Amino acid sequence: MMELIRDGFVIAGKDLRKEWKTKETISVMLIFSALVVLVFSFAFDPANQTVKTVIPGLVWLITIFSALLGLNRSFASELENGCLNGLRAAPIDPASIYIGKVIANFVLVLFVQMVSIPVLFILFDYRFAGSLLWFLATVFLGTYGLIIIGTFLAALAVNAQNSEMLLPVLLLPLLSPLMIGAVQASAAFAGGENMESAMSWIQLMAGYDLLFTAVCLLLFEYILEDS
Amino acid sequence: MKELVAMLEIKNLSKALGERPVLRNLSFAVNKGEILAVTGPNGAGKSTLFKCAAGLMKPGGGKIFLDGRPVKRNSPEVKRKIGFLGHEPFLYPSLSAVENLRFYGKLYKVKDLDEKAFELLRKVGLHYFKDMPVRSFSRGMIQRLAIARVLLPEPEILLLDEPHTGLDRDGLALFNGILLEKKAEGAAILLITHDFSQVETLADRALLLKKGKITASMELRNPSGRISVGKWYEEAVNAG
Repeated sequence: MMELIRDGFVIAGKDLRKEWKTKETISVMLIFSALVVLVFSFAFDPANQTVKTVIPGLVWLITIFSALLGLNRSFASELENGCLNGLRAAPIDPASIYIGKVIANFVLVLFVQMVSIPVLFILFDYRFAGSLLWFLATVFLGTYGLIIIGTFLAALAVNAQNSEMLLPVLLLPLLSPLMIGAVQASAAFAGGENMESAMSWIQLMAGYDLLFTAVCLLLFEYILEDS
Repeated sequence: MKELVAMLEIKNLSKALGERPVLRNLSFAVNKGEILAVTGPNGAGKSTLFKCAAGLMKPGGGKIFLDGRPVKRNSPEVKRKIGFLGHEPFLYPSLSAVENLRFYGKLYKVKDLDEKAFELLRKVGLHYFKDMPVRSFSRGMIQRLAIARVLLPEPEILLLDEPHTGLDRDGLALFNGILLEKKAEGAAILLITHDFSQVETLADRALLLKKGKITASMELRNPSGRISVGKWYEEAVNAG
């Protein structure tokens, strides 16, 4: 198990080093999230109190669509020079490739969130009235679930002709329960209302994350297989 | 006389891609300290054979034995013993030569990684370019680095699919020297090539793969009455 995680970190380290050098994916993700924040700040009047209720939804809108940009590249970049076969031929558990990709994608999306969420709150003059700790826990659980499934489906779609279109089509329906929970819980924890009911959403998200972590780890080996 | 110990043994290996059979009941062995060349027309199944042996493809039937033990798919112990050089170099273009070697070295749990990586870069003549991104390398330099990647974990079996591609004269001589050195150390080497002069220089035996079957074989270290590999190939391909 330790070896699995260690190999995962080696792969994640390689991905993040590549990203640090090229900034190919992170720059696109950041530009996209900045544009969404900007467009919505013009589309809605920040002074209108009802607009405040859509802010938690905007957090997840930015997260999902910027993550999609990164997820699409995550395995597609391994096709260049046959690097995915290099990983498959290496003496590692195939699940460690998955773990490595999850860690790298998670770090990239967290970075985008660290930049875009404060900017969103500032532009909409959003007053945080709830529990910051629980809000952050919600963001963490929701993002983790998104990355766990997204990475798995990105690997599944990578050899398809229209992988960039296939990924959102597969991912978004599967994400619905998680995102409903994430939006509800983050709205409650940010606004300081219905915090008790938000706890059941948190439990749903944690259960969802655990279930999909186990399923994706078990099945990843089979989706990597070359007929 | 030296005793022959089979390092890689393939028994009744079959593989179909879709409906089309690509490998049909292939059986052969590569011994320790032997270079076996596999040649044959395009589409004969050579690369598929290598992918099955390297664990990149699931065989349809048959068994593969490594050092006398049946190969379990995805077994790290087995994969650690195999060095696979395919058509593609498996190198990351945005990383430098040394970063690529470090990455694969970590996955293969290579001890004294930095020392070995620098030594190999010197051996393949890329030590002056160690910090340059692979993206800026020529085809020949990429092939040299791919060879270094394969040799880094000191594999006992080398599966080399057209390894001479892109190498200049110096590169060819250097690579052949490395292969003969590995052979002397006891590595079993399986080589796909269409370059008959390389087969004659390096190989102990040659097999001809045609339509997924081994249709002819030739001993190259027994010069009595030997014909050239080119002539043997022509005759074997045109027969039947």
